[in-house]
Amino acid sequence: MELTRRDAVAALAAIAGGGATVAVSERVGENGDPREPELPDDERVQGALVAVAEVVYPGELSGVETFVTAFVGSRLSTEPHASGLRAAVATLDDLAERWHGDRVAELPPETRERLLGEVGADTAESDPDGTDAERVRYYVVNELLLALYTSPTGGELVGIENPQGHPGGVESYQRGPR
Amino acid sequence: MSTGATRETDRDRSPVTGVDVCVVGAGPAGALVADRLAGEHEVVVLDAGPRFDPADRLRRQERAIRPAYDRPDVWDGGGDRDAYSASGEWFYPLNHARVKGIGGSTLHWQGMVMRLHEDDFRSGSTRGVGPDWPIGYDDLRPYYAAAETELGVAGANDNPFGPPRDQPHPMPAFEPSYSDSLFAEACDELGIAMHSVPNARASESYEGRSACVGYGTCQPVCPSGAKYDATVHVERAEEQGVTVIDRAQVQRLEHGSDRVEAAVYATPDGEHRQSADVFVLACGGVETARLLLLSASEQYPDGLANTSGRVGSYFFDHLFAGVGGVLDEPTRQNHVGFLTSESHQFYDEADADVGPFKLEFFNYAGPSPVELALTGDDWGDDLLGRVRSAYGNHVAIGALVEQLPRPDSYVGLDPEQTDEHGNPVPDVHWTVGDRALATIERANERQREILETLGAEITWTVGPEDTGPAYHHMGTTRMGTDPEHSVVDPACRTHDLENCWIASSSVFPTGGATNPTLTIAALALRTADAVDAALTGDSF
Ligand SMILES: Cc1cc2nc3c(=O)[nH]c(=O)nc-3n(C[C@H](O)[C@H](O)[C@H](O)COP(=O)(O)OP(=O)(O)OC[C@H]3O[C@@H](n4cnc5c(N)ncnc54)[C@H](O)[C@@H]3O)c2cc1C
Ligand code: SF4
Repeated sequence: MELTRRDAVAALAAIAGGGATVAVSERVGENGDPREPELPDDERVQGALVAVAEVVYPGELSGVETFVTAFVGSRLSTEPHASGLRAAVATLDDLAERWHGDRVAELPPETRERLLGEVGADTAESDPDGTDAERVRYYVVNELLLALYTSPTGGELVGIENPQGHPGGVESYQRGPR
Repeated sequence: MSTGATRETDRDRSPVTGVDVCVVGAGPAGALVADRLAGEHEVVVLDAGPRFDPADRLRRQERAIRPAYDRPDVWDGGGDRDAYSASGEWFYPLNHARVKGIGGSTLHWQGMVMRLHEDDFRSGSTRGVGPDWPIGYDDLRPYYAAAETELGVAGANDNPFGPPRDQPHPMPAFEPSYSDSLFAEACDELGIAMHSVPNARASESYEGRSACVGYGTCQPVCPSGAKYDATVHVERAEEQGVTVIDRAQVQRLEHGSDRVEAAVYATPDGEHRQSADVFVLACGGVETARLLLLSASEQYPDGLANTSGRVGSYFFDHLFAGVGGVLDEPTRQNHVGFLTSESHQFYDEADADVGPFKLEFFNYAGPSPVELALTGDDWGDDLLGRVRSAYGNHVAIGALVEQLPRPDSYVGLDPEQTDEHGNPVPDVHWTVGDRALATIERANERQREILETLGAEITWTVGPEDTGPAYHHMGTTRMGTDPEHSVVDPACRTHDLENCWIASSSVFPTGGATNPTLTIAALALRTADAVDAALTGDSF
């Protein structure tokens, strides 16, 4: 099944800028830069999430790169969610470099999957203020799963055209199975 | 965390001079009173919680979906402001059961709104238990109609067991769901009539509100504004000149022997004192009683307006009963977050031993796929396989069950624990009683019967042992004619204080088995008329 631009737009319409968000202006520092200098830039964050999506999304999906890039691009525009996301990617890349010699986006898929397991992101609770594993679960793994399973295509994968979080109208609940 | 709510000190929260009416609480009760009196009178509304930014609703929805957040987090609940005790035999999860802020608990609510049945107003006379209300269905009937228009109710006149109506609902009912059609076959076989659910939710665009677009997270947040919440009336009141002050928790009511003089309220920039000719208390069924208890004085040592000793007494809620299972076919759940069919068939069989209850046919039985996806230890194809097998064939029937008022179920003050302002926290001492438990059993029997006829494999039951509250706080400032046994009179004015009214389900003598907010709204409109009459010297 193919993830389309419509899915990315729908996911964005549904979940916008992030769960724990205050207006950007509240977080901007005196020099006007909301970001910590060492945090990864948009492209690196998008690349890392596309790489992780290839592990956490089902194999039958196509169009993942476009979908994730568009979705993450928008999520990076709202603070403090964006900083949390950047920081979680920084953590994940740091661990990837230490344990496997390269950033997550550069690792082969099996190593990426192993890395996520080694970090503990599969069993950790998701918590935006938690441990490394909990933040990676919240900002990386669950971020991606949230985007997918609130989108029409993600919903259809599991048999629901109008998943929770997607404003898919009031017809589908009336319809029988096709 | 105060996401997108007004910041601590960015507003003028000082009192207003020349005020006719001070309303305490900006949930539906307070907002409707303020809106109805606006224009004719100078009105101020004080609310303990913040003014939430409508632009943040999608982010609040994300909190509702993501497992990292609890329900109270969605609307910034909990913490010192909302500390409470629950000393009763049954634990009461108070902060799951309310929201503090402009709009009140309707920000979080489900939005099912139906009228009480006629017999609910005379439980003692017709069912042999509990008190009668001092007013009857006919007294509220025009106010019910007005409340349906105010809240924007989508409904149909198809409930053969409901009380008489004079006019249609302002919007057509939502169409039944696919799973309703499955239930209908079983119910037909059993001779059980199903009918539509009146929803305070726009089935078409209504007075500037969007029609429902199917986000499916109605409880606890509707990002589209299709679901009614009391910000509708707060905004309308403000447009007519009402002053609404957020983060203004009333600490106590200053009073003489027969009048309230001022509401003393704490804000981020200090304590203020709002005086007014009339006060309307609309803080919900727990905090209204608490505020009166906190306002004890030499004149009223047991709490303000409490000569009867009944303030806080008789706290009751509705109880949940449910049975669920799975079919061997798709049931199409979790597309929307509201219900489209119920049955009041067994409601008026109520007597002294078994109370009224109504059956609710779920449209969101079983887990929602996205919530399943966010909570496993797996990913990729394994996760997809798990979600596919867990989602898709669930069915469930809930029930709302009446609980009677009991002297051993009450809201008091816990002297051992204080809130952020040093005031004793409310103690919700909740006791359920045998009639409610017997009613739950009866509801479970009906639910099982329907599911078995449907061919479902039953996988869970919420029965008398594990029932919980429906988050409807009633009874704590009972309405009655006798000042020795009740707190407010039939016009909802306190017996003790001539300028103090209460707009809340706290005045309900009994609760029937319908969700309370339409009755709260009808009473609020009626209370506003009583206040208006008192201010203008007209009769009510
Ligand atoms: C999860 C959930 C689902 C629900 N579903 C339904 C449903 O489907 N149908 C239905 O009919 N009802 C439902 N309800 C109940 C419904 O929300 C309430 O009946 C309704 O909101 C009560 O209105 P109110 O104005 O009396 O009180 P509230 O809405 O609770 O508002 C009270 C306001 O008073 C303020 N306040 C409290 N203390 C003070 C103080 N000392 N000073 C100043 N302000 C104060 C609070 O901040 C709050 O904003 C549900 C409730 C919950 C929690
Ligand atoms: S289903 Fe309708 S009412 Fe419920 S959250 Fe979505 S838009 Fe709002």
